[in-house]
Amino acid sequence: MTVSVTLTVNGKAASASVDPRMLLVHLLRDQLQLTGTHVGCDTAQCGACTIHLNGRAVKACSMLAVQANGANVTTIEGLTGKGDKMHPMQEAFRDCHGLQCGFCTPGMVMSACQLLADNPKPTEAEIRAGLEGNICRCTGYHNIVKAVQQAAAQA
Amino acid sequence: MTDMSMSPMNQMGKPILRREDQRFLTGNGQYTDDIHLQRETAGVFLRSPHAHARIKSIKLEAAQKSPGVIAIFTGQDLADAKVNGLPCGWLINNKDGTPMKEPAHPCLAQGKVRHVGDQVALIVAETQWQARDAAELIEVDYEVLTAVVDTAGANSATTLVHDDVPGNLCYDWGHGDKAATEAAFAKAAHVTKLSFVNNRLIPNAMEPRAAIASYTKHDDSYTLHVANQNPHVERLLMCAFVLGLPESKVRVIAPDVGGGFGSKIFLYAEDVALVWASKRVGRPIKWTAERSESFLTDAHGRDHVSTAEMAMDANGKFLALRVSTTANMGAYLSTFASAVPTILYATLLAGQYATPAIYVEVKAVFTNTAPVDAYRGAGRPEATYLVERIVEQCAREMKIDPVEIRRRNFIKTFPYATPVGLTYDVGDYDATLTKVLKLADVAGYPARKAASAKNGKLRGLGYSCYIEACGIAPSNIAGALGARAGLFEAGEVRVHPTGTVTIFTGSHSHGQGHETTFAQVVASKLGIPIENVEIVHGDTGRVLFGMGTYGSRSLAVGGTAIVKAVDKVIAKGKKIAAHLLEAADTDIVFENGEFKVAGTDKKVPFAQVSLTAYVPHNYPLDKLEPGLNENAFYDPANFTFPAGSYVCEVEVDPATGVTEVCAFSAVDDFGNIVNPMIVEGQVHGGIAQGLGQALLESCIYDKETGQLLTGSYMDYAMPRADDLPSFKVDNCVTPCSHNPLGVKGCGEAGAIGAPPALINAITDALGVRDLEMPATRERVWRAAQARA
Ligand code: FES
Ligand code: FES
Repeated sequence: MTVSVTLTVNGKAASASVDPRMLLVHLLRDQLQLTGTHVGCDTAQCGACTIHLNGRAVKACSMLAVQANGANVTTIEGLTGKGDKMHPMQEAFRDCHGLQCGFCTPGMVMSACQLLADNPKPTEAEIRAGLEGNICRCTGYHNIVKAVQQAAAQA
Repeated sequence: MTDMSMSPMNQMGKPILRREDQRFLTGNGQYTDDIHLQRETAGVFLRSPHAHARIKSIKLEAAQKSPGVIAIFTGQDLADAKVNGLPCGWLINNKDGTPMKEPAHPCLAQGKVRHVGDQVALIVAETQWQARDAAELIEVDYEVLTAVVDTAGANSATTLVHDDVPGNLCYDWGHGDKAATEAAFAKAAHVTKLSFVNNRLIPNAMEPRAAIASYTKHDDSYTLHVANQNPHVERLLMCAFVLGLPESKVRVIAPDVGGGFGSKIFLYAEDVALVWASKRVGRPIKWTAERSESFLTDAHGRDHVSTAEMAMDANGKFLALRVSTTANMGAYLSTFASAVPTILYATLLAGQYATPAIYVEVKAVFTNTAPVDAYRGAGRPEATYLVERIVEQCAREMKIDPVEIRRRNFIKTFPYATPVGLTYDVGDYDATLTKVLKLADVAGYPARKAASAKNGKLRGLGYSCYIEACGIAPSNIAGALGARAGLFEAGEVRVHPTGTVTIFTGSHSHGQGHETTFAQVVASKLGIPIENVEIVHGDTGRVLFGMGTYGSRSLAVGGTAIVKAVDKVIAKGKKIAAHLLEAADTDIVFENGEFKVAGTDKKVPFAQVSLTAYVPHNYPLDKLEPGLNENAFYDPANFTFPAGSYVCEVEVDPATGVTEVCAFSAVDDFGNIVNPMIVEGQVHGGIAQGLGQALLESCIYDKETGQLLTGSYMDYAMPRADDLPSFKVDNCVTPCSHNPLGVKGCGEAGAIGAPPALINAITDALGVRDLEMPATRERVWRAAQARA
């Protein structure tokens, strides 16, 4: 049995017919070919799959594709502007060397954007607490914190 | 070597932003699971739910009839096809000279399963869901056996993990001068003794392992896309030892790889089973590990149980170190498992100290747990933890300041041959220690301690002065020590007619930023813009050869291979330029991207020489081949020896056991630095993993059943942003004496140096002698209570 889902992804209408047990992250990755959103775990703990759903950061592995019916989704691909112009948060990650292998990065950037939307001038402790749902094994977080501080200072 | 300091294109030592970041930041990275091949099928592995069991029967009928199933393979199919088991890449001999035990390591279980997660069957179906549904329908009749779990108890356990390995003993190895060590102990004024558990870790690269195997009938060849750190070694081991295929028929591609930390060095059973099955199925098979599978089956790290004794004279001078270690190999020997607690561990037990006599014995044991192999640092963190913990304890027992006891025992003249077989070429341990004392504001520590005390908190300061051996390795030395492979690196410089350059390197980047660092080196040497240099890695179909990336070897060994190939390009370019400029070869110098006749203003730019090489109209064709393309293989003359001094400051709440890492300061000596931004990032990441080991992480198996109790991120505590402070990082430079870049390697330092600094700090705060890693709140609270 498959179910059809219609949603808006990165400003464009998308529809797919999916297995009811399919997770939103697999719809994005496998059916819509938006492979920037990653899967790092199977317990909704790592944050590699973080996207924006109706303007809020959510873990795309923690909901079913069918639950996103009618939703407005932004992925890391959608954060990037025309002509590959990067969002200030993406720029800040590059400027501050806030990524190494890049696997956690899309989710980390999406979470960081939400963090600043909620708290435009966070302290270091608030940044660290705010990113607690995203695991990075490479950077030790030091430069990720710096990147978020840079993005906050520029906003 | 060309003097690069004059070149306007000199990129050396600059914090150039990474060229790979745009694709990663915009979602355009291409990791294995992002790749889809035409007519791809899905592979799923059925895994053992038991730690140790005999397989009495496997019933496949129902699963085979399940919708979408294409094929199901078991160990019997591999045995029938004469597919060998996985090899171990390093032979260790016992004290008596006999070789270690190498029990069979089948790619799919045959007869027995030996750890939870051991692969029993490969199910290939149209979709992953169908493969998983079918896996549920396979009936395996297991006779559950007693599990051997405990590292320290494995040797005396009555159960055997492998019937042909008595006492579960892989090897019983000794290293150093036993008699000299005993003699030194006999005349010691004081002996300090400590016991250690170096806790077992799960590497947890954020990208789970993944592979796509495909077979092409038209030329009878295989392609494997795989999340791996060294595709050429993967191919070599798979072809030569397991499948018996010529290398020319197998292409291994390791595309963007989401972290490795050692866990993706190895040839894994899944990779082989998929490659073999892809021909039977006639379609590509893709497998991506779930995180739960990664926890169960990625090679784990550490897991040593040791005792150490340090003999000293009355002034706290070290006379001898005696160490006894039991190391857990897990259920099977993984690719480099046997080398980790021996060659990469025992040889580092001198640390930064001129201890004249050292003797170590190591027993390696099999247990019903996942295989254990190299994880960031591999042997060197275990050695450093032991040395730096006991040195700190020596200071406490001798009532000597921990900084002073280190200075008193530092090696001060180089080269220095240690009693455990290495020759340190250069270093200045006083310099890094002096610098870190400033960076950490140790002078202001008493005031901070008093302030903590006012708030009912205990403050502690811990030191760690580590050394590691990187740039692995001189092949002849490694071979004499049991390595079954060479450990050189290969590089190719392909100069294109327009003067742009493609570099092919056998090193592999999975976060290290080679596309930037290597390009900086080449652009500086050739005096061309960095944009004109492309770095290609991770594909046996494009790169001539490689030994891959591990042991912080990429720049020291892989980078040097590239430098040597660039030197050959320059040498040939000089001959072409001499012809164009009508001068003698010997009069041509290469500077700032131009070939010049020395002492004149006659010159020709690099791009013109490269064009001439490919359009050889005016060219010495009688003496010189056209084209400008050079290879080099570089086999290092020695290991490199990065070293540094770390200071960790903690505040412990004795009422709750909560430890706050207030500050962490690191001063490293990595030799010359090409990109300081990237190097600092490596240090940050290493420290985070080291603090993770010491404060949070622990892989725990149930002692009775061998079930993995820490099999998810809800049970295995990964360091998160709010567990760690920002780090203070600086460096000193003594250039490596035996490679042209003067570099030593920086990838593992943090993970090696950090754990003892943290535990020394907490034990200092609590005033206790022993504290096991990880220093969980419960352990710290108990230690605080016992003291009170
Ligand atoms: S994949 Fe969604 S939280 Fe890990
Ligand atoms: S950059 Fe590799 S996991 Fe964060």
